Amino acid sequence: MAKMTIADLKKIKEEYSAKQALREGGSRVKITVHMGTCGIAAGARGIMNAVMEELAKSNATDIVITTSGCAGLCSKEPMATVETVGEAPVRYVSLTGDKMRTIFTEHVIAGKPVKEYALVVGHETTY
Amino acid sequence: MICAGTGCVANGSLKVRDALETEIYKQNLQNEVKVVLTGCNGFCAKGPVIVVFPEDIFYQMVKPEDVPYLVEEHFVKGRTVQKFLYLPPAQKEPIPVMNEIPFFKHQVLRVLRNRSLIDAEKIEEYIARDGYLAAAKALLEMTPEQIVDEMKRSGLRGRGGAGFPTGLKWELSARVPGDSKFILCNGDEGDPGAFMDRSVMEGDPHSVLEGMLIGARAINAHQGYIYVRSEYPMAVHRLQLAIEQATEMGLLGKDILGSGFDLTIEIYQGAGAFVCGEGTALMESIEGKRGMPRPKIYRTAVRGLWQRPTVLNNVETFANVPPIILNGADWYASIGTEKSKGTKVFALSGSLNNIGLVEVPMGIPLKTVVYDIGGGIKGNRKLKAVQMGGPSGGCIPVSLMDTPVDFENIEKTGAIMGSGGVVVMDETTCMPAIAKFFLEFTEDESCGKCVPCRIGNKMLLTILTRITNGEGREGDIELLLKLSQQIKDTSLCGLGQSSPNPVLTTIQYFREEYEAHIKEHTCPARVCTPLIKFVVNEEKCKKCGLCFKGCPVGAITWEKKKVASIDLEKCTKCKTCIKNCRFWAID
Repeated sequence: MAKMTIADLKKIKEEYSAKQALREGGSRVKITVHMGTCGIAAGARGIMNAVMEELAKSNATDIVITTSGCAGLCSKEPMATVETVGEAPVRYVSLTGDKMRTIFTEHVIAGKPVKEYALVVGHETTY
Repeated sequence: MICAGTGCVANGSLKVRDALETEIYKQNLQNEVKVVLTGCNGFCAKGPVIVVFPEDIFYQMVKPEDVPYLVEEHFVKGRTVQKFLYLPPAQKEPIPVMNEIPFFKHQVLRVLRNRSLIDAEKIEEYIARDGYLAAAKALLEMTPEQIVDEMKRSGLRGRGGAGFPTGLKWELSARVPGDSKFILCNGDEGDPGAFMDRSVMEGDPHSVLEGMLIGARAINAHQGYIYVRSEYPMAVHRLQLAIEQATEMGLLGKDILGSGFDLTIEIYQGAGAFVCGEGTALMESIEGKRGMPRPKIYRTAVRGLWQRPTVLNNVETFANVPPIILNGADWYASIGTEKSKGTKVFALSGSLNNIGLVEVPMGIPLKTVVYDIGGGIKGNRKLKAVQMGGPSGGCIPVSLMDTPVDFENIEKTGAIMGSGGVVVMDETTCMPAIAKFFLEFTEDESCGKCVPCRIGNKMLLTILTRITNGEGREGDIELLLKLSQQIKDTSLCGLGQSSPNPVLTTIQYFREEYEAHIKEHTCPARVCTPLIKFVVNEEKCKKCGLCFKGCPVGAITWEKKKVASIDLEKCTKCKTCIKNCRFWAID
């Protein structure tokens, strides 16, 4: 690969910022499964499998699935965050495969957050 | 009424007002309808907001182009416009917002700035969050002296535990001429109850690499190592991937970003010895020798790895560096206390409702961390003490919960800030037993090179074991104190110099518990089995039968409204009854 310059760096930044923002990225929903060691130990891989299966069943093409490291509240793992276009992200805690399937049907597909499994909405404040 | 609070004005409420006035004149309604601007209505998320009186109808998110239709329908035809009507969400309570719940409200995320936001295995996602911009600035726009100066002014202190000023450490290395130097990252997080560094390495590995790159530039080093314990396989995997991706993109390797600066970073996996978190032992280990500390005749910043100038910083320290370079020292120093700037990441564990990883500004009172962020003590028990700094730290009793969390104030209590492990203990914790637990750890992890640590800790453990077995002798407390001080004063490295801290602080704050063990042969917290009689105290017993229900061997007899009794022949001393009893009624 050619040498990276500072201009390239900024270009990547812009491209990916746009991709991460749902609207410009062409996606309607982003599901983040938090997969640090704590999450995985609590069963995050099972949650991920449930999401993937539901996604395959739904035939939807506007849903992005991604992972992140530890989200900080290890005692309530496994956790996942669902963000739909124009809405604040909703963080779900203490998940099981079945809970995740319910969330997929009700929130991801039908757009109604599942209150019983949700902890909070919104973004954390950084800096 | 049109809301003209800042939120709605930003959403165009003044234009809506203009459109509304024009439209009302057009329809010749100016004598019937009055347009009034109000202050913030409080519902900014749904702005611009219009309230129509006398009906008190609430319209939300009205745009100027909607106005003619609205006026036509509502004011001329007298029909409410459903489209703009605000419908309260279903009667359910809304899901709380991040900043409304204490766990999130008190946190300030700097080191953890990318937590839960990026995929750690994709460098592009890190770059999208300003990643490597600080490195670009450091390499292309700043001189090494300027980087060191910025770091010094920021007031950042080493997050590994000792709190040595990072800028000063870099300066000491930078001053030595030549470029055969090393930059090392200490990811050998080994104390029980600590998982801060692991989380950073797993969740945001590039922030560590970028911090190292900036540090390498400041001291003019071209080779870096990250020392990670092999018990952290995911951290190793993600760091390795991060190094490969950064090298592929030319953000590591030769001529980084066209600056002419080279840096190679490799991972060195440790075998999990606690002592290898000590700087010189870590360097010995990388050199291929047995991980044992060496006497610090020179600072490692001047003679470290292979006797060359070496900067060794902790994972969290490096993760702090990019935002400092990007936003400046003044920004960084704007939070924190006089001598401890910025934030600190803590791993909360123990008897708390919220266990996890938190980042708080330096100087926050300890009680805020425990009660607000930690969500208080599990199972309605009472807080007894907080262990900070793991086996090298000490316990802080409930009476000192107002202590601000920073290097100086934590040290005053006898504990240390350490790398950030916070273990919260409730009233069912026995302090001599806790001291024994930590001593078992340090005695096991002592490398054995120097006598005070090797034999001294062994002796401390022997005395503590006999106290918790009910065989404590008169004078044992004094002996513990004297021996602890000697170990601290004469040990070679930080491990021995700090290992007696749990003993010293538990005696300082809970001496009466030691005395109860030694003189009265009782364990007030009912933890030390040899000191428990397993007899029901008739005065305290509330006759509830919880002990009876829990006993797995049927050793307890109980009837309604009668005091329970334990058959010592059958009792296996499993302590289930003690855990179940709410009234401390079993002696």
